[in-house]
Amino acid sequence: MRRFAASIVGQLLIFFAQFITAARADWRGIEPVRRQRIYYANHSSNADLPLIWTVLPAALRRDTRAVAAADYWLKNKLRAFIGRDVFQGILIDRRAEHRTEDPIAKIVEALDEGASIIIFPEGGRNRTEDPLMPFKAGLYNIARQRPEIDLVPCWIDNISHIMPTGEVIPVPLACTVTFGAPVHVREEEAKNAFLKRASDALRDLIPARGHA
Amino acid sequence: MEMTQTNSDLLLLLAACCGLLVIATLIGEVLRARLHKTHANLTVETYLTRVHSWWGMVFLFSIALLLGPAGIITLFAFCSLAALREFLTLTTKTNADHWSLIASFYLILPLQYVLIWWGAVGLFSTLIPIYAFLLLPILSVLRGGEGADKNFLARISETQWGLMICVFCASYIPALVTLDIPDYGDRAPLLIAYLVFVIQMGDLMEYFAGRRIGRRKVAPAVSPKTLEGITCGAALAAGLGLLLTWMTPFSPLASMAMAVMAYMVGVGGSLVLAAIKSDRGIKNWGHLIPGQGGFVDQLDSVVFAAPVFFHVTRYYYGG
Repeated sequence: MRRFAASIVGQLLIFFAQFITAARADWRGIEPVRRQRIYYANHSSNADLPLIWTVLPAALRRDTRAVAAADYWLKNKLRAFIGRDVFQGILIDRRAEHRTEDPIAKIVEALDEGASIIIFPEGGRNRTEDPLMPFKAGLYNIARQRPEIDLVPCWIDNISHIMPTGEVIPVPLACTVTFGAPVHVREEEAKNAFLKRASDALRDLIPARGHA
Repeated sequence: MEMTQTNSDLLLLLAACCGLLVIATLIGEVLRARLHKTHANLTVETYLTRVHSWWGMVFLFSIALLLGPAGIITLFAFCSLAALREFLTLTTKTNADHWSLIASFYLILPLQYVLIWWGAVGLFSTLIPIYAFLLLPILSVLRGGEGADKNFLARISETQWGLMICVFCASYIPALVTLDIPDYGDRAPLLIAYLVFVIQMGDLMEYFAGRRIGRRKVAPAVSPKTLEGITCGAALAAGLGLLLTWMTPFSPLASMAMAVMAYMVGVGGSLVLAAIKSDRGIKNWGHLIPGQGGFVDQLDSVVFAAPVFFHVTRYYYGG
C-alpha cells in the first residue's frame, strides 16, 4: 500500500516537474544505462532532487536512492513520506552531534545492496554567487571505499531561478540536467586534489551563455 | 461541430496540407529505403523527424481551428507559455525578479488570452505594452534585496521583450478571430490559416532555394538566409496569396501584397531572433518539437508578422 502510494506520488511529482520545467537530460559524457553509479550534483534549491529524479529514465530511477538531510526530510509526516518512500532517501543527519551512526557507512551499505545514489557534495544549498561551493569530504570517503563505481557529475541548470531559496511558487523556466563523463578516485590521490578534480568536472558542464 | 462554409473551407485547406505532407513523407521514406542499403543518412533522418513534427502540428492546429475561437485561443495560450518559458530561461534575471516573473507567467499571460476571448482590442493591445511595461519593473524594484539594482535595466528590458514577443505578439495570431470585418462573417479562422500557411511555405521555399542558388547572405553573422532565398520565398508567398484570395476579405492584388508583407516581416523576425540566439550561444530555443527545436524557433516569423497583419487588416478592412 505504501509502495503503491509512493509510486503514485512519484508520478505526480514527475508530471508536475515536467509541466513546470520541461526538464530534459543531456547525457553528454555517459550513456543512460542500468549500471551502478554515484550521481553527484550542484545544489541550490529544494527542487534539485525532484529534478534529477525526474530526468532519470524509469528503469534507472527504480535503483536510485538519494542521500538527503534528515533534519530537512523528517520535519513533518509528508516530507518524511516523500523523502523515505518516494525518493528512497538515505537520510543523513547534518548535525554531527546528533548522529547515531556513521553516514558514510550508511551510504556504502546502500551501495553494497546494489543501489545507485544521488548526492549533493556541497553539503547544503548554495546561496553564494559562485556556481559551486567547495565539496565536503563525503564524496571522497565514499569514492575511496568503493573506487570501482562511476562517479557521474550532473549539472542542474537554471533551477536557482525557478525557485530561489525562500520562495514558494516556482517560475516555469526550462531546465536541463547535464550528465558528464565519470570520474574515479586515483590510487594515492589526496583528498583535496580529488575533490578539486571532481568539482572541476562538474563546473565544466556549466553551459556558456553569453554575458548572462 | 456543424458543417459551416468556414469549416468546409478549413477542411479543404487541411486536406491540401495533408496531401503535401503525404508527398513529403513518401519522399523521405523512399530516400531512407534507398540509402539504408549503403548507410544510415543523418540528413534524411532529420528531415523525416521534421516531417513527423509537421504532421503533429498540422493535426493540432486543424483541431483547434475547427473547434472555433475557444480552441484557437487555448492552443495559442499554451504555445505562449512554452515560448515564454524558453525565452525567459535565457534572459538576465536575479532573485529580485521572482515576483515579476511569477506575474508574467501566472497573471499577465492568462489575462492576455482572456482579453482576447472577450475581444477587447483596447485592453489586449495595451495590457503588455503599457501595464506590464510599467508595473513589472516596480515589482522588481520593490522586491529588492542585496544587489537588486545589478543589471537592472537589462533585466527589466529582457523580461519585457520576452513578454512582448512570446505573449503579446503571439496572441495576435488568435486575435484575428476577433476582427469584425463587414461581409466576412465568421470566416476569421481562415485568416489565421492563411497567415500561418503563407509564411511557413515562404520559409520552406526560402530554405530550399537558399541552399540551391543562395549567394548573398543578408545577415552573415547570425543566419544563413540569402537575398536569393528570400526573393524566392516572397515570390511563393505572393503566388499563394493570389491563390488563396478566396480565404480572405482582400482583393486578389491586396491579398498578394498582404502575403508578401507578412512574409517579409516574418523573415525579419526570424533574423532578429537568430541574432539573440547567436548572442546567447545557443542553436535552438528549446527541444520540445522534435527536429525543429523549440516553440520560439517554430513561431518566430509568424509571431513577428501577426500584429502587423492584424492592424493593417483592421485599419483597411475593419468595420
